[in-house]
Amino acid sequence: MIGKIKNKLKEVNNRNLEQKRSDELYAIGALFDTPDEIMDAAGKTTEAGYEEFDVNTPYPVHGMDQAMKLKNTMVGKTTFIFGFLGTTAALLMIGWMSGIDYQNIIGGKPFFAIPPAIPITFELTVLLGGLATAGLMLTLFNRLPWINNPLHDTNYIKQTASDKFGLVIYAKDKNFNIATVEGFLQSIGGKSIEKINFFEVREDRVRTPIFDFKFIALLAVVTVVTAVTAYGILRYVLFLPPFDFMWKQEKVLPQEKSTFFADGFSMRPPVEGTVSRGYIPYEYQGLPDSVVTLLANPLPINAEVLAKGKQRFNTYCSPCHGYYGEGDSRLRGQFPNPPSLHTDKVRQWADGNIYHVITNGQNVMSSYAKQISRDDRWAIVHYIRALQRALNAKDEDLN
Amino acid sequence: MSFDSTYTRELPLVPERSSFKEIDDVIFRPVEEAPTRKWFIAITISSLALMIGAVALANTFYFGIGTWGNNSTVGWGFGIVNFVFWIGIGHAGTLISAILYLFRQRWRTGIARFAEAMTIFAVITAGIFPVIHTGRPWLAAYLIPYPNQNSIWVNFNSPLLWDVFAVSTYFTISFVFWSVGLIPDIAAMRDRASGIKKRIYTVLSLGWRNSNRHWQHYERAYLILAGLSTPLVLSVHTIVSFDFAVAILPGWHTTIFPPYFVAGAIFSGFGMVATVLIILRKVYDMEHIITLDHLEKMCKILLATGSMVGYAYCMEFFMAWYSGYIFEQFVFINRAFGPYAWAYWTMFSCNVIFPQLFWFKKIRRNIPIMMLLVILVNVGMWFERFVIVVTSLHRDFLPSSWAMFYPTWTDLALLLGSFGFFFTCVLLFVKVLPSISLAELKAVTENAQPTHKHHH
Repeated sequence: MIGKIKNKLKEVNNRNLEQKRSDELYAIGALFDTPDEIMDAAGKTTEAGYEEFDVNTPYPVHGMDQAMKLKNTMVGKTTFIFGFLGTTAALLMIGWMSGIDYQNIIGGKPFFAIPPAIPITFELTVLLGGLATAGLMLTLFNRLPWINNPLHDTNYIKQTASDKFGLVIYAKDKNFNIATVEGFLQSIGGKSIEKINFFEVREDRVRTPIFDFKFIALLAVVTVVTAVTAYGILRYVLFLPPFDFMWKQEKVLPQEKSTFFADGFSMRPPVEGTVSRGYIPYEYQGLPDSVVTLLANPLPINAEVLAKGKQRFNTYCSPCHGYYGEGDSRLRGQFPNPPSLHTDKVRQWADGNIYHVITNGQNVMSSYAKQISRDDRWAIVHYIRALQRALNAKDEDLN
Repeated sequence: MSFDSTYTRELPLVPERSSFKEIDDVIFRPVEEAPTRKWFIAITISSLALMIGAVALANTFYFGIGTWGNNSTVGWGFGIVNFVFWIGIGHAGTLISAILYLFRQRWRTGIARFAEAMTIFAVITAGIFPVIHTGRPWLAAYLIPYPNQNSIWVNFNSPLLWDVFAVSTYFTISFVFWSVGLIPDIAAMRDRASGIKKRIYTVLSLGWRNSNRHWQHYERAYLILAGLSTPLVLSVHTIVSFDFAVAILPGWHTTIFPPYFVAGAIFSGFGMVATVLIILRKVYDMEHIITLDHLEKMCKILLATGSMVGYAYCMEFFMAWYSGYIFEQFVFINRAFGPYAWAYWTMFSCNVIFPQLFWFKKIRRNIPIMMLLVILVNVGMWFERFVIVVTSLHRDFLPSSWAMFYPTWTDLALLLGSFGFFFTCVLLFVKVLPSISLAELKAVTENAQPTHKHHH
């Protein structure tokens, strides 16, 4: 098994990768031995009026850009532009996210301030500047990747990658002529002069491979695989153990059935006789209202109490009794209409009796002791008294 | 004006005048030849350590970080200690490749590529720890400000978020810097290789053809990347120190932390680079490229940064006394004489006292003693982070909540695993990519640059 794989690998490794070349000439190259020679050669080539030429050296030779009369590189400006873009983007991002869109009070500090934004702004400046510098240096300025450039796989390029210094003149140069160029290269001391032809599959331009069907198909496959994986993980894998520990916990939930307690409830009732904080038991609970004689309204009559009583009355009582206690229910017959609160019977009741009805309920009306606090019930009593007096106003009330 | 008068050279960078072909052969030998026995032994050990770490990691993921020694008093245990330690290791790489490049310290050439690779592996190793320390690493994406269904954004006022940006930017830019440096060397390997290797190198080299029209942009970009990396490397450990300094805890809340952390980071990083280089040059017979002179210079930097760190240790005590703040004073007395005094004095002797031996030239040029000292530096710098994290936390304002931190086997296995991961990456890197920058090294050999007799 392993032997087979080894043989296969050997076979692949020994496969001849060299592409066939066409007859059309791409360039003529010559090799030089020392940095001084190549500097000299580059200078003479520019003097001779060649423009489409290049110098290939295993490392950057100092002063070569002057000898080749190259323009200053624009890489620095690129860095500045993209670095500045990073600064702006960071400040806008932080300003909008924490200053506008998601204002969070953290230690009473301003939502957006410059000092805490500095670290991230700096990092994003460097990040964008650095990525743009490297990326654009390779792609925009150097037109890479270009792996099928005709210079590849020639003796010329292999030598210049190691210890020789090469100068190449391209056939597209306007002064190009095979015999002259060969003669010229010899005259400036070039050795191993080599004619370099195009590959049979001619790609002398940097063709953007991103529009290749294969590349687009690869992108599509990568997209689909990534999306499906991400979806699968987020939708299924994270719901499997052990990632489900947040919602599969060893505990009983409020409405769950319990097998542990005899009554089958997981919620436990309070101990017999438990009284909630602030609750005072009502001594006439469940008794007829004739028994109620000793209850007096503890609240004073003033605007505040009446306003409270009005608010509570309108919320809890008015749906059946009507806003003025006239028994005009807004429930449109879903419940039988209650009697008016302006009958003689109710008017002659003591405050305690009204309070007792609210607390204890009467006929269809149920107890409101749970919904309305004790003081609010007394406030309602005051308000009902005010309503009663308003509908039976005497002349002196107008003063 | 000759080249040599512009760049004064103290000593030849590649002493025995080697031809470029010989340099190619030496540098590409580890990559092109079958791995040696030594390499296999080394990677067996490192991957064994890695596997032990992987078991501990699985244990952590399955049972949660309750398997660690952290408790409610010492909430930051080994997780943060290891994070800060490994991030610090990374700093030497950028210092060597970027800062020394800007200062025209051309002796850096032989070790820069390797140090950069170490930076990248160290930052990856470091990045693992805060992520697993969160307890739910699969939710790490919440650290990134992305529009989410809860319509909430990250807290931009938190040093922990600055840390996320700093460390990820640092990793990205270091990786870019390293990759850009690799392109010409991979192209040189491509032109020597055949078959599948050639295909891989062809793609990785992007079709680089050593053109001087390209070198022009390339060199400028390299210079700019060095310029960007320099403030970046200083910012990263500064921001890491903010994780501590912005808190109001005595022992952490000091303004000395950023420079102190940066100096410590460079110190520990150089310790690690020296440790690995001493072994590497021996294993791959690169003694004439990574020379004793290189190592001596690294020892000098260790001496300088070690003394800076020592100054910071003393200054912390002075400030605790001078502040008149009893809680601060207690923390420092507790550090030096409390239950973790052994950790404090290990740190102090390894980082401050022993490196002082580098004042002696004999010791700077003695490989076995140097090896011992740089390993002690690594130990000391790990303990520095332990002291900062654990001794500041374990006795807080309420004596009733005082507690000790005891690492569990999971903690120790994760620490071991981090070393295993780091060294496995280093060994694989040495095997598959040139660990010395070929193009840069050629450019600084004798007679590599024109004498400029024709052009001025």
